[in-house]
Amino acid sequence: MEEDVFKALADPTRRRILDGLVERDGQTLYEICSRLLTRHGLGLSRQAISQHLAVLEAAGLVHTRRQGRYKFHDLDTAPLERVMTRWLRPAEADTLETEAPEADAPDATESTP
Amino acid sequence: MRINLTSVFVDDQLKALAFYTDVLGFQQKNKVAVGDDWWLTVVSPEDPEGTELLLEPDGHPAVKPYKAALVEDGIPAAAFTVDDVAAEFERLRGLGVRFTQEPLQMDDVTVAVLDDTCGNLIQIMHTA
Repeated sequence: MEEDVFKALADPTRRRILDGLVERDGQTLYEICSRLLTRHGLGLSRQAISQHLAVLEAAGLVHTRRQGRYKFHDLDTAPLERVMTRWLRPAEADTLETEAPEADAPDATESTP
Repeated sequence: MRINLTSVFVDDQLKALAFYTDVLGFQQKNKVAVGDDWWLTVVSPEDPEGTELLLEPDGHPAVKPYKAALVEDGIPAAAFTVDDVAAEFERLRGLGVRFTQEPLQMDDVTVAVLDDTCGNLIQIMHTA
């Protein structure tokens, strides 16, 4: 999850999406696209922005919420706090969670053959 | 060339007529029986000879999935100009209208998006 956060934040468009969600939670895809276009001149296709949102969602930074026939996107800063605590308050981070196994280390809990 | 007529697909024409006139404030222009449906158009009271909005029945099998997909992503089916989006937002919200996007100012344009209760989202906008 933590690696996903760094990957998600590495892209400037995704950072702009988060900038927009800080201003107001509960945005539709249409609103996110409108903000990127008019505030930042980012004229990406809706499909491209959907893909960026999927990366943010995988990192836990954005949650989608279905309400009736609508779909809204909310910001979740919890993954950022975990990342920052790691260096700013390392003692606290140790008690919060143990370090995830390195990507090249085999994961014992994985059940795939 | 001028735009004479544009349309939105509505799930119930008479319910749509009530919403587009009583709530949004348009005027009925044409209402002609066509089989079980109507040729039903509304116009702005500020421009009664201007562009007509056709409230078209959404019975075609392709229409409902199309509308549902637009609504899910918050994409408006039509956009109307108002004098003041914030004031219109307050007025319509007071009438129980549901908004999927509250007023948002972007450069010199302010927009908001509402649910027309007939299966569409409608954008209202003004330019400063």
